[in-house]
Amino acid sequence: MPAPQPGRTDPAVIRNFCIIAHIDHGKSTLADRMLQITGVVDDRQMRAQYLDRMDIERERGITIKSQAVRLPYRAQDGHDYVLNLIDTPGHVDFTYEVSRSLAACEGAVLLVDAAQGIEAQTLANLYLALENDLQIIPVLNKIDLPAAQPEKYAAELAHIIGCSPDDVLKVSAKTGEGVADLLEEVVRTIPAPIGDPDAPVRALIFDSVYDTYRGVVTYVRVIDGHVSTRERIQMMSTRAIHDLLEIGVISPEPVPSQGLGVGEVGYLITGVKDVRQSRVGDTVTLANKGATEALGGYRDPKPMVFSGLYPIDGSDYPALRDALDKLKLNDAALVYEPETSVALGFGFRCGFLGLLHLEIVRERLEREFNLDLISTAPNVVYRVIKDDGSEVTVTNPSEFPSGKVAEVYEPVVRSTILAPSDFVGTIMELCQARRGVLLGMDYLSQDRVELRYTLPLAEIVFDFFDQLKSRTKGYASLDYEPSGEQSADLVKVDILLHGDTVDAFSAIVHKDKAYAYGVAMTAKLRELIPRQQFEVPIQAAIGSRVIARETVRAIRKDVLAKCYGGDITRKRKLLEKQKEGKKRMKMVGRVEVPQEAFIAALSTGEETAAKK
Amino acid sequence: MSRRPLGFYVHVPFCATRCGYCDFNTYTAEELGAGASRSTYADTVISEIRWARSQVRDDRPVSTVFVGGGTPTLLGAGDLVRILDAIDAEFGLEPGAEVTTEANPDSVSPAMLQELRDGGFTRVSFGVQSLARHVLEVLERTHTPGRALEAIAEARAAGFAHVSADLIYATPGESDEDLAASVAAVLDAGVDHLSAYSLIVEDGTRLAARVRRGELPAPDDDVAADRYRIIDAMASAAGLEWYEVSNWARPGSECRHNLGYWSDADWWGAGPGAHGHLDGRRWWNLKHPAAYARALAEGQSPLAGEESVDDAGRALEQVMLGVRIRAGIPRAGLPDDAVAELAGEGLIEASGDRIVLTSSGRLLADAVVRRLTP
Repeated sequence: MPAPQPGRTDPAVIRNFCIIAHIDHGKSTLADRMLQITGVVDDRQMRAQYLDRMDIERERGITIKSQAVRLPYRAQDGHDYVLNLIDTPGHVDFTYEVSRSLAACEGAVLLVDAAQGIEAQTLANLYLALENDLQIIPVLNKIDLPAAQPEKYAAELAHIIGCSPDDVLKVSAKTGEGVADLLEEVVRTIPAPIGDPDAPVRALIFDSVYDTYRGVVTYVRVIDGHVSTRERIQMMSTRAIHDLLEIGVISPEPVPSQGLGVGEVGYLITGVKDVRQSRVGDTVTLANKGATEALGGYRDPKPMVFSGLYPIDGSDYPALRDALDKLKLNDAALVYEPETSVALGFGFRCGFLGLLHLEIVRERLEREFNLDLISTAPNVVYRVIKDDGSEVTVTNPSEFPSGKVAEVYEPVVRSTILAPSDFVGTIMELCQARRGVLLGMDYLSQDRVELRYTLPLAEIVFDFFDQLKSRTKGYASLDYEPSGEQSADLVKVDILLHGDTVDAFSAIVHKDKAYAYGVAMTAKLRELIPRQQFEVPIQAAIGSRVIARETVRAIRKDVLAKCYGGDITRKRKLLEKQKEGKKRMKMVGRVEVPQEAFIAALSTGEETAAKK
Repeated sequence: MSRRPLGFYVHVPFCATRCGYCDFNTYTAEELGAGASRSTYADTVISEIRWARSQVRDDRPVSTVFVGGGTPTLLGAGDLVRILDAIDAEFGLEPGAEVTTEANPDSVSPAMLQELRDGGFTRVSFGVQSLARHVLEVLERTHTPGRALEAIAEARAAGFAHVSADLIYATPGESDEDLAASVAAVLDAGVDHLSAYSLIVEDGTRLAARVRRGELPAPDDDVAADRYRIIDAMASAAGLEWYEVSNWARPGSECRHNLGYWSDADWWGAGPGAHGHLDGRRWWNLKHPAAYARALAEGQSPLAGEESVDDAGRALEQVMLGVRIRAGIPRAGLPDDAVAELAGEGLIEASGDRIVLTSSGRLLADAVVRRLTP
């Protein structure tokens, strides 16, 4: 009996599932074993982390974009099944993308490292899966490790999802042990997709990826109806209509098909060049006799964290603009607009989903486009109500209104922290220092605890995660999700050089921390700013009130004592070099500041904060 | 044909010991190979002087000779006079030519000084550095404070009208009083010329290693600025006027050879690593004495490199060098706004149709140059 063909597969033999796992808990390795056992990749073609496409993904061991692979599988009952493994992003910044991937599945493999137990992000994603009514298969991985404690963590998982510890499967993705049983469990327990094959087409977009050669490749899960090749499709959020150029499945390379039916997972290519025209969470229908009601759950991606990105070499500005334009094609959440900084020159203020997103974008710009960049300290979006009742949205501290301010609102997140119970005290201390409000605390097992806090997002984007990790010896894990906003006592601290504000160093901080920020920043700049021919005061100020001050004393000696016959050539070259360097100096008022000083001041921000 | 004065610099790359702060091209071994040992070195330099005659295509006599090092006096007066005679034989010494040798107080004697004076030397420049024992120790100088003053007196007794002392200031451990005492003592000893240099920690020296290890504090620029003012005030009071950023002299006793460096004169530089300049072309010899001697022995050019300075480079050089001296530089051609600003800041002042550094400006001369040039 031939394997079921795409477009003509009975939903009853389809199993759509994902793997929920923390970074390093072995998701990609498990996927690799599934590819091998089902035979879609033979041993010769196999490479580690087969499904991770970007270099960054492989190096960091994380998945940024999701993947979907169709695995034909003959089960022990003798029947042929189609398993669609939908790989999901594994980080807090991409919670929305995760939720859409989950919405495309009926079941989830909850994969937990048998030596480490469940982590906060995994727990958060598990809750998401439970909200989506997914069938959960709990699995402990890495049981071959000497440090594995399968009994302990099986009890923990059982406690969290309400099953028996005996129901927790134990596998080693590395050796392949138990993976075949897991596939049987997928077939046996995950429900087949249910949809109306005769209804108007509705397909959920759970990812879209820009490919240089083919344009945007959109990954979909068909809910109702049947999409065929050469039809015209419509995106329900934007009403945009596109010709369908190709349709197919990934197994594990793209295989064109005649169509996709109820419950099937595959890709669409329409020739559009920008992933914004093919948005995650949107519903695809047909231009003719399309559906009237979109699938629920669509959201526009909303940047939560902003940072200024500047080329270190000012002449790279056009290259940075081109690079962002290209990156945008593949990243619907990235927003940016031109920005000018006295200190850093021409650059862009960019909005990101979170810190990892920022880091990834920056790294891709540097790596794939060969740019050297400096990024300003990340900040969140503030809503400022002025005294006259008017409202300003502040994505850059320098836009913070200078006049009287009635109220400032900052975004807050609900965070979940999982850690060994020994660290409860130190975590509470950290959260309180970061203006956290404890919502609740639960013991997952005797020695593992879940803490729930409301925290200002601004406190998290600073260096919260690093602090949490260092204070818990790396054991704590963190997850958070946006949870509205709160009014807070926030002020803008400006840094002035010789009386002129340096925009790149302005920060919006809580009133209680303004002094510490001012002292740290002025002290740091005093070390970094070269002495000028006049005394340069460095001040931190809230409005016109100076809260900290340092002074760079005037330089009194700038002359080489000896300049005889043998020194002339060297000395002239030194002067020429100094003059070249001077051209790269930034002028803040009359003060010459080497760009390196700005870079050092911005890039060591976290270190100083950590010392406080 | 150029009519600029022609000078002759002769480098002597030998020292009895290497001082901790020194990064000059000098060697303490007596034997450095054929033609590069102390005993054979004079002949090697004389062969370069003969070769130089074939390279300088005009008949200018030599106006100034300066023998530096290293420690030239380690060669002995006889070799130094032979070298001078060779220059005279090949080029001719101008009547009243200035002929200087550097000297270490430890390596001279009254008889040797007399021999130099009789052989045509007109000026001696002593590396005194300091008269405070603990400062000399930090500098790793071998002479005692008393010896330096004796040597100055011996030179005057030998008939040298022009005796100079080099001082180093802002050495770690030196106080204002230490410096003032050193300046007062050399002035009392009867020098008509003073050079003073702030201590520079050069990469690769023992001093740099000691500073890096934290054994010694790095010299402080603010301290150096204060000390400079002390030297300037004391020298002026004794009748020695500044004529270059680091040099003071009784009027008429300025070192003409060194003035040539700052006023675009021509000079031939003989010896390993020596630099020369003829009409916009600068060159320098092979640095190691053995390589230098081998080239000359084989009848080849001892040059290691050269450059023809372009117009922009020459303009920069003329400001960079000219601004260091009392005569200053022509006002014409300098950017008006920079001149006005610098004058407003009290760093330069007008002197006829030229501009000259003020005493504050001398301490910030490099900044002035950067601002006066495009």
